[in-house]
Amino acid sequence: MNKKSFGSRIVAAPYIVWAAIFIIVPLVIMVYFAFTDSNGAFTLTNFAQIGRFKKAFGLSIVYAVIATVITLLLAYPMAYCMTKMKVSSQRMIMLLIMLPMWMNFLIRTYSWISILANTGLINKFLGLLGIKPLQLINTPGAVILGMVYDFIPYMILPIYTAMSKIDNSLLEAASDLGSNSWARIKRVIMPLTVPGVISGITMVFVPSVSTFYISQKLGGNKTLLIGDAIEYLFNTGPQYYNVASTLSLILMVLILLCTLIMNRFGDDEEVVV
Amino acid sequence: MTKQNIIELKDIFVSFGEEKVLDGLNLAIRDKEFITLLGPSGCGKTTTLRIIAGFLDADSGEVVFEDKTINGVPSYKRQVNTIFQRYALFPHLNVYENVAFGLRVKKLKEDEIKEIVTEMLHLVNLDGFEKRSISTLSGGQQQRVAIARAIANKPKVLLLDEPLAALDLKLRKDMQKELRRIQRQLGITFVFVTHDQEEALTMSDRVVVMNKGKIQQIGTPQDIYNEPENAFVADFIGESNILDGIMRDDFVAEFSGHVFDCLDKGFDKNENVDVVVRPEDVDIVPADKGMLKGTVTSVDFLGVHYEIIVDIGGFKWMIQTTDECFVGDNVGLYIEPDAIHIMKKSEYSGLYGDYSTYSEEMEHLSDIEPEDDDE
Repeated sequence: MNKKSFGSRIVAAPYIVWAAIFIIVPLVIMVYFAFTDSNGAFTLTNFAQIGRFKKAFGLSIVYAVIATVITLLLAYPMAYCMTKMKVSSQRMIMLLIMLPMWMNFLIRTYSWISILANTGLINKFLGLLGIKPLQLINTPGAVILGMVYDFIPYMILPIYTAMSKIDNSLLEAASDLGSNSWARIKRVIMPLTVPGVISGITMVFVPSVSTFYISQKLGGNKTLLIGDAIEYLFNTGPQYYNVASTLSLILMVLILLCTLIMNRFGDDEEVVV
Repeated sequence: MTKQNIIELKDIFVSFGEEKVLDGLNLAIRDKEFITLLGPSGCGKTTTLRIIAGFLDADSGEVVFEDKTINGVPSYKRQVNTIFQRYALFPHLNVYENVAFGLRVKKLKEDEIKEIVTEMLHLVNLDGFEKRSISTLSGGQQQRVAIARAIANKPKVLLLDEPLAALDLKLRKDMQKELRRIQRQLGITFVFVTHDQEEALTMSDRVVVMNKGKIQQIGTPQDIYNEPENAFVADFIGESNILDGIMRDDFVAEFSGHVFDCLDKGFDKNENVDVVVRPEDVDIVPADKGMLKGTVTSVDFLGVHYEIIVDIGGFKWMIQTTDECFVGDNVGLYIEPDAIHIMKKSEYSGLYGDYSTYSEEMEHLSDIEPEDDDE
């Protein structure tokens, strides 16, 4: 290990301070609350209450997995098509993908309400065709739709980046060695985009599993996800801070585990194949 | 060598936008020969290769493979394989899987694949490298993997796009020999693209000299060197003094104010011609015994010989000699009849002057042109 120069320490200092105040300190507070009762005494009773939230945890994971899979299935072909386009078209599509991100995500979620509501756009249109209104809002489908819609850019971008980095001569080489376009995708493009897919999955799964807003607005009260539970507990009063912190801690550990497994999978992929 | 043609390119035209890249190219490649496309950057040699490989369609013209037109046949259905300029090895696969790539696509059985891969790696002297990842290999080793990967498919024609350009000089020399050995051993046609004239001369059965999308000359290395067809070829291949001359009669040429005997005939009486005299074919003699007289203006010692510049009536000759001379010496030049080569005037006449300045002349040797693929 070479010693860091004084200058580089100075430059790094603001970031270290930043990280300490906004990342380390809140984490410590969370862990503190998770292992204490409302009087500040050490306890493990918070963890005993986790059982009550089993369903919320399970539902969160199931929804997040479904949303992530759908996002991947939509984003991968999309990214592939983009790399086949003219450079100017690629930039245009990229802009269109980024455009919704310029708007607040709460507002975007709200706009889905007016589309999916019982008297919303879709049902009005169906009404014109003489079809009975469908129950669209306050369904699991609406929640997953919201997740997919909100997080799909985070899937497209890393995959697109990984794909456009593939040297065209590799595809020519594959073709030269007898691969038709499907074999090229399977044997060259897919393996080389695994890192992009991994970061895409992570960037979609993590916010999906911890989201609370989408499920409240589009899922009604029917679906309680773990994010909702934590938010609800924090809003209810200081006496619930400890349990809420415990839930947050467990959620964090779960996400961490998932990420580790994903990264592990990614590493293996490159070596084994 | 069989004289049968395996590939024929007929009247190929290709333009990228305004730029004509191939301008009516006609080329017949014989079965089992080592043929080299040689020319400066942007001459269309790589484009020609890409048309044979099927990566590029000609605007017009016909590509014939074993007497069948293959225009529009996608590259993955053609019985040719390519070695790419920067090898294009698959970074996610190890050496074994890279070589096995084409065999897996063909869905060969595992033991067959293993047999062929082992054989190929042995052929390129990479036994024991099966499990190595591509990123741990040196440039020369990557080159060998690329060769093994291409020939594992038993192509009828192997296309090589400046495969040695990225290697250092010593390694390049070794690989030249190695490629030649592999070509003889496998008995398949090699189409080799290079901008390095020395490489072209040492390796090839036939050399195709190209410039500006047109073929300037096709011939054996000896033909190309000794009997260049025009000033471009004479200048591009090796060093040459190119002078304006007049054919006084069959076997009699006049240039530099002197009448020389030569071995060329068939020109009109008093026809203006280009005269080529190679630097190594000129003898330095005492001034009073020379056919031409001049002053030495520069002397470079190159180990094997001296390279001296002699000013004769304002025209600077390059002469390679083992006799030591000094700047300022008055010397005579003696030129044997068989050292003189007469060429018809062409569009290149007058473009290549004397050696008063080292123009691009020397650069052909040194510049490695990785940008060639977007020509």
